[in-house]
Amino acid sequence: MIELDAVTKVYQAGKVAVRALDTVDLTIDEGDLVAIMGPSGSGKSTMMNILGCLDVPTTGHYRLGGTDVVGMRENALADLRNRRIGFVFQSFNLIPRTSAARNVELPLVYAGVGRRERRDRAREALARVGLDGRGTSMPNELSGGQQQRVAIARALVTRPAMILADEPTGNLDTTSTREVMELLVELNDAGRTVVLITHEDEVAEFARRVVRLRDGRVVSDARQEALRR
Amino acid sequence: MTVWEAARLALRGLRANKLRSGLTTLGIIIGVAAVIVLVALGNGIQSGFTESFGSLATQITVNANQEGTNGAPRDLTDADVAALDDPVDAPDVVSATPIAGGPVTVQLPGGSRFRTSVTGTTAGYLDVTDRDLVVGRMFDATEERGKAKVAVLAPGPVEDLFAGDAGAALGSEVRIGRTAFRVIGVVAATGQDDVVITPLGTARSFLLGGGDAVSTVVVVARSPEAVPAALAQVTAILDDRQSVDDPAERDYTATAQQSLLDQVNQTLSFLTLFTVAVAAISLIVGGIGVANIMLVTVTERTREIGIRKAIGARRRAILQQFLLESTILAGFGGLVGILLGVGLSTAAAIALPQAIPDFPPPVVDVNSVLISFGISLLIGLVAGGYPANRAARLRPIEALRFQ
Repeated sequence: MIELDAVTKVYQAGKVAVRALDTVDLTIDEGDLVAIMGPSGSGKSTMMNILGCLDVPTTGHYRLGGTDVVGMRENALADLRNRRIGFVFQSFNLIPRTSAARNVELPLVYAGVGRRERRDRAREALARVGLDGRGTSMPNELSGGQQQRVAIARALVTRPAMILADEPTGNLDTTSTREVMELLVELNDAGRTVVLITHEDEVAEFARRVVRLRDGRVVSDARQEALRR
Repeated sequence: MTVWEAARLALRGLRANKLRSGLTTLGIIIGVAAVIVLVALGNGIQSGFTESFGSLATQITVNANQEGTNGAPRDLTDADVAALDDPVDAPDVVSATPIAGGPVTVQLPGGSRFRTSVTGTTAGYLDVTDRDLVVGRMFDATEERGKAKVAVLAPGPVEDLFAGDAGAALGSEVRIGRTAFRVIGVVAATGQDDVVITPLGTARSFLLGGGDAVSTVVVVARSPEAVPAALAQVTAILDDRQSVDDPAERDYTATAQQSLLDQVNQTLSFLTLFTVAVAAISLIVGGIGVANIMLVTVTERTREIGIRKAIGARRRAILQQFLLESTILAGFGGLVGILLGVGLSTAAAIALPQAIPDFPPPVVDVNSVLISFGISLLIGLVAGGYPANRAARLRPIEALRFQ
């Protein structure tokens, strides 16, 4: 369970205080597939940073699986990201000159998992995203869609509470977009909580629930029959 | 994350940029190799020096002064020598060898004359002064007592009389002063080379004239450490025999050769130190190279650092990774530098004495190897410290936004 409780985030931009998020309340149930939408400047990125424990709220509370993130130290946040969150970024963010398998293994390295188990789990995760046998490929040898699937495997490998995908299809063509979204839906069907941050309606159509932000506030929050399943 | 894992990450980072890593290590390699080679050269020179002049370390020379403190100088005599050789009064003295010396001329029968000097002494002289024979032998105690007319030549007279051919000199007859001597040996060059060595009694009877006066006594102390004690015993005995109360009244000068040796050794050490300091500068320049490359690396890989942090790398893990990268870089350079330095020194030890006769072969100092390797590791840590810390402090959001 993911709970935002009156979360406010204020940035100091020069002398002006910018209220990127303004008393946002949001609860995401386990196993849900939520799209967080909004135009640029709506607070989407801040939302993503806070949900991903990359940043902490100025006021309010954020509870991830029962633990309150507010007041946590940097190391505790790093551990939390490592164990509870799987990131999927718009620009894939694989580590260059490092094989797909090693990229997938990386979160497990930081979690202190032993080598053999790491290798097995990375292979498993790559198979899960349809890339078995491509473990030795370097990122620059893979297509955009494949790279994003490696990133999803990396997000999966720690069995996190939530997969947080920030514009996951922003750099992909239509075919790859479809493949990646179907993969995320599949993972969601298998019980994973998925949060999508996007401004594209076509992507949001895959979600069960759509939360719209504007000027740092939630303006609409609706469940939808997933249109594209 | 274990240090081992961090080292693997660091190695992968270095291997991704082989040329750059290689060029960066070059500075350290050259620095370490230069330090090792120069220390080895300095060591070689120093130990060559000690080998040549090592016997000086236990020697005390007592010279009779040319001018007396009160009228004519009192001579040193055979009785003084015997007193110095007394195991009770001078327990730290192993031996006292008298030398009666003076200018003489040498010539081959019918040949031209050459000026040189004579050292009239005892059979033990060569051992005491650590001179080696090139050919032949030293006179023995019987010849000494019998005032045999035998001579051992130093290279100077051999050069003058036999055009440097020691083999030709051996067994031939030379005239020293007006007396015919048989050459029974030739000694190697040491620096005091214009001399002929004869038994003490022979020199007195045929060359120098006079009674029981000696010009120099070579005293050997029990050990280099016993030299000060031996020196005190020598002066006490001679002061007593010459009835001297005040050192200013002495008609003799006793000098420990050790202090000269120490001075030369010290000068050599300073010279070695200076050259090593110059070599150390290249090591520091190499370190700056490592720091520079690490800064570039951290900037270049800001995004990678952001990704690593986002997926759960703690600050310490990032710090470890980059510190290890720079330390491995510098440590690897240190190892290659050691191989290069030891290799060059060994090659020089073989090649140099062949190219330049008497060149002391370099001797690799284990300490210089350990210390220069330690310093290169330290350079890695220091040079990597700031960049690694900067990387570790990056905030993931900003690092991820970095293009």
